[in-house]
Amino acid sequence: MLKEAIDNVLGTSATYNKRQFPASVVSCTVPRNRFADAAKIMKKAYALLAAEWAVDETPFGGGFAVYACYRFANEYLIVRTEIPIDDPTFPSLTKKFVPAYRFERQIHSLMGLVPEGHPDLRPWIKFEDWPEDSWPLRKSFASSKPLPHVNGKYKWIKAEGEGVYEIPVGPVHAGIIEPGHFRFQAVGEMIINLEERLGYVHKGIEKRFESLSWQEGAKLAGRVSGDTTVAHSIAYSLAVESVTQAVITERAHWLRALFLERERIANHLGDIGAICNDVAFAFMLYQTTRLKEMLVRTNLKLFGHRFIMDRVLPGGVTVDIDEKGKEEIKAELDILSAEFEKLATIYDESASLEDRVRDAGELSPEKARSLCAVGIVARASGLNLDCRLQNPFPPYDRFEIKVPVLISGDVHARAWVRVEEIRESIRIIRFILENIPEGEISIAIGRPASDTSGFAAVEGWRGEIIYWVQAGIKGEINRCMVRDPSSLNWLGLEQAIPGNIVPDFPLCNKSFNQSYSGHDL
Amino acid sequence: MMRILHQIFRTGIVTEPLPKVVKDEITVVGAKLEEAVKKYFRGSLTIREVDAGSCNGCELEIHAINNPIYDCERFGVQFTASPRFADMLLVTGPVSRNMEVALKRTYNATPAPKLVVAVGDCGCNGGIFGESYASLGGVDRVIPVDVFISGCPPNPAAILNGILRAIEKNG
Repeated sequence: MLKEAIDNVLGTSATYNKRQFPASVVSCTVPRNRFADAAKIMKKAYALLAAEWAVDETPFGGGFAVYACYRFANEYLIVRTEIPIDDPTFPSLTKKFVPAYRFERQIHSLMGLVPEGHPDLRPWIKFEDWPEDSWPLRKSFASSKPLPHVNGKYKWIKAEGEGVYEIPVGPVHAGIIEPGHFRFQAVGEMIINLEERLGYVHKGIEKRFESLSWQEGAKLAGRVSGDTTVAHSIAYSLAVESVTQAVITERAHWLRALFLERERIANHLGDIGAICNDVAFAFMLYQTTRLKEMLVRTNLKLFGHRFIMDRVLPGGVTVDIDEKGKEEIKAELDILSAEFEKLATIYDESASLEDRVRDAGELSPEKARSLCAVGIVARASGLNLDCRLQNPFPPYDRFEIKVPVLISGDVHARAWVRVEEIRESIRIIRFILENIPEGEISIAIGRPASDTSGFAAVEGWRGEIIYWVQAGIKGEINRCMVRDPSSLNWLGLEQAIPGNIVPDFPLCNKSFNQSYSGHDL
Repeated sequence: MMRILHQIFRTGIVTEPLPKVVKDEITVVGAKLEEAVKKYFRGSLTIREVDAGSCNGCELEIHAINNPIYDCERFGVQFTASPRFADMLLVTGPVSRNMEVALKRTYNATPAPKLVVAVGDCGCNGGIFGESYASLGGVDRVIPVDVFISGCPPNPAAILNGILRAIEKNG
């Protein structure tokens, strides 16, 4: 449907790219002056913006290119536009899609392309002490050299008026969490604005991919966000398998899903406990972390790593499961399920807990949609979005799953989506253990053809993870674009906070629990 | 309320006894750690954790040493919100260029004598991220480090053991 919409309006000025895999993901190139028109068409077709990124295509003899990926129902469509080196500008999509705001600041900061009509071109991820002309994603950038420090100043958003004051928080926070800076403008206890500043854990991941082999890349993908190591490894591997057109075994797909659902349960357990702990209901934290520890120990015993890191590679997986292992997981799930249901009842019946989590940090369905939110955040705000459902990667196309959707968009909704997802993941794992097909667990992967690209979207526990990889002239990694759900959902936190009281911020933040590392890359 | 009490009593103390595999390493490390904390820190070692660029994998395991199974507080080890109260900094990650200043400031805000423990392969030498325009490599590139704990991520027992080594080394 998205393709027809493009064809109807742009006609022959859109040319289709045959070197994008899998073929189900349509990719077209439009002239630069029609790039924003394409966004308008997508907006009319009810599509959401999934990602926007830039590529330095000079090794192919061209200039730069900007890509925008749209999603509607079960379709992904990529719109590409070419940008000459001597005029590195492109039309901004911010008027059509709000999340383009961050994506384009990032493109501007790291690739040095100017989005024309963008309302706010302060650097993003690039800090004020970087030289202005350092654009790490350009091929001409010497990425192994340390950057010199320069003097610069970041222009914060200011609020003025009687009784308005500011609270700066971070980057080093009070708990054992990742670094980021939050600046609150408040009147009394009421927050009137929150401005996020991220980028503290920028490790140059996207640039680093370009110096690694396809196999080594899997190790890096597994460390984009440590708590989502399985989902990132799967997304990377699927993207590499699509660009090399490899067909991996069914059993490997099913084992990946087993790991993915175990990761989902473990993280959701931790989050439910942490949300309760932030309203001084420590009981729940101790109970859920106890169950989480049980899961990661089983992981270690059966798969050799507590978080199943480095067990998914392009071509398949590195560990198998035998009958004894299946029995062990089934027994573990029986305990988990029984214990978890008791805790869910306690959560549901605690009035003092409910008093804090209901109506706090509300992200309305309208806002969630305009921010193109994904994953648990979207599903707590009425958006029925889940790649396992709409764009099922194997083996999710082989069986049905249920996806919980709540509409209140508050802390409670985000907690309860997790509760429902744990129940469903337990069911999925049991189904996988009963029905996993026999076969090999990995195959050898070839080298991709020059100038081809691969795409994959995987539903990690936070939400949709997108990888887009492009093979260079010799079939090496020319570009690996990573889009963690956090890149979209951090905007949701910023919008959910105003109107809440300052002491509720940790609670609201925990209910989103977005990845800093996955965002900063 | 009754359900909560029932669940608490029915769960009991999960900290002991430990499963055989972990029991050996934790009880041995834990007993030594408790003794060292008693001897050198009057029973209370306070740690400030600093993520200087980690992928957050190490944070999962540092969280785990606080869970009821490992329960590091029983050895006198506790985490604090401010470096001003800290005896030790537990630093993870390759130090990202964007965290360099914050890490130095945190170090300077910690009263001497202070211990610094670098956690994880990345904290030791930059790990898979290496050294680049954005990653400065191991923690010792930016602040002095007493003990390195390798692993990706190091398991909870290894982290407790690293904390112990740092105390003993400077005892």
